Amino acid sequence: MKHLIDPMDLTVEEIDQLIALAGDILVDKTKYQEVCKHKSLATLFFEPSTRTRLSFEAAMLELGGNVLGFSSANSSSAAKGESVSDTVRVVSGYADIIAMRHPKEGAPFVASQKVDTPIINAGDGGHNHPTQTLTDLMTISQEKGHLDNLTVGLCGDLKFGRTVHSLIKAMTRYKNVKFVMISPEELRLPDYIIKDVIEKNNVEYKEVRSMDEVMPELDILYMTRVQKERFFNEQDYIRLKDSFILDEEKLINAKKDLCIMHPLPRVNEISTKVDDDPRACYFKQARYGKFIRMALIMTMLGVNA
Amino acid sequence: MKIDSIKDGIVLDHIKAGKSMDIYKYLGLDKLDCSVAILKNVPSSKMGKKDIIKIANHFDLNLDVLGYIDPNITVCFIKNREIVQKKHVELPEKIVNIIRCKNPRCITSVEQEIDHIFKLTDPEHRVYRCIYCESRKGSYFK
Repeated sequence: MKHLIDPMDLTVEEIDQLIALAGDILVDKTKYQEVCKHKSLATLFFEPSTRTRLSFEAAMLELGGNVLGFSSANSSSAAKGESVSDTVRVVSGYADIIAMRHPKEGAPFVASQKVDTPIINAGDGGHNHPTQTLTDLMTISQEKGHLDNLTVGLCGDLKFGRTVHSLIKAMTRYKNVKFVMISPEELRLPDYIIKDVIEKNNVEYKEVRSMDEVMPELDILYMTRVQKERFFNEQDYIRLKDSFILDEEKLINAKKDLCIMHPLPRVNEISTKVDDDPRACYFKQARYGKFIRMALIMTMLGVNA
Repeated sequence: MKIDSIKDGIVLDHIKAGKSMDIYKYLGLDKLDCSVAILKNVPSSKMGKKDIIKIANHFDLNLDVLGYIDPNITVCFIKNREIVQKKHVELPEKIVNIIRCKNPRCITSVEQEIDHIFKLTDPEHRVYRCIYCESRKGSYFK
């Protein structure tokens, strides 16, 4: 693995190895606290993303490495009109590995064509966000102990949610995974994902318009934000939003070992009263994100404990 | 109207009527100093009417793009007034700077001097996708 641009760049075996390494770091991170000594990670964030950037920086610092970079295009030479190609060529002289977030789709791919320094796509517009997918897979693996034989509920904005699209692509590679898509008609999963990914791989799925009817079946409930700006009028938004808010009442019929996930940030789609429920895994999920990024940085730099 | 047959060269036959000028442009025929004849709206028993391009004394052309523009084109290689090879064009695996990505969120909309590259992802449905953003929407370079 030279660069990580698309979550599907990784084979199932490579994902298993990353999750295993991340799991080992989680158990005893002192073993790994100096493996990246004298190495530098550049975080090139052409658009702000506090959580992802801090997760990458925390990951590198906990491996004993250094971090440098910028957190918005305004504070970089992009504001002066510099191309992605030129920026990355310059930065590759200063850092051993680069994590890049950019509002334009394909920007990290362009960067990966220009330099030998490993590039990690930390999100390119609405396109790919492979480290979020790895985070999601690690969370499921840690919480359920396996990535196969699961019924995965995906709830909220399934039309524009790139995390959902990537997770579906990644999960179809495991045996006996079923998807339950819970969304308003306006935000249903695009047909091309259903046809080209789900049906092509003979994966069982169903689409429903409210979560109550399917709650008892789910092993995983992946919540996403239903954004007001996705609706044509406010009445539709008000009418539909409550169907996709998770609260304590909706969890009454859920399995005792349900794993509730969310890529965060949350607005109101999960009631804060759910946070103390042992089935709420979204803050753990954010924490797992750091460990999987530590494993990824180590693997891409070719360092071991 | 009568156009002489060529002694040596390439004849592009069965071009959809009206498409010959696009092909003239994408093959860069305007840059050649040999004779090039463009025949438009030629009566055809199979197609009703068709366009034909005849290129005299020149064989060195990258014809990959033809498959993308019009997969029904026949390419005839002529030597000593005889057809020595006739082939139907195929869909190219990759097309470079023939169509531009229309996705305003694609990096190609802002990055300087970047090649617009589309890859064939579904030959059955002739689907090409931008290698940067994977969008399938493209429009011809003007």
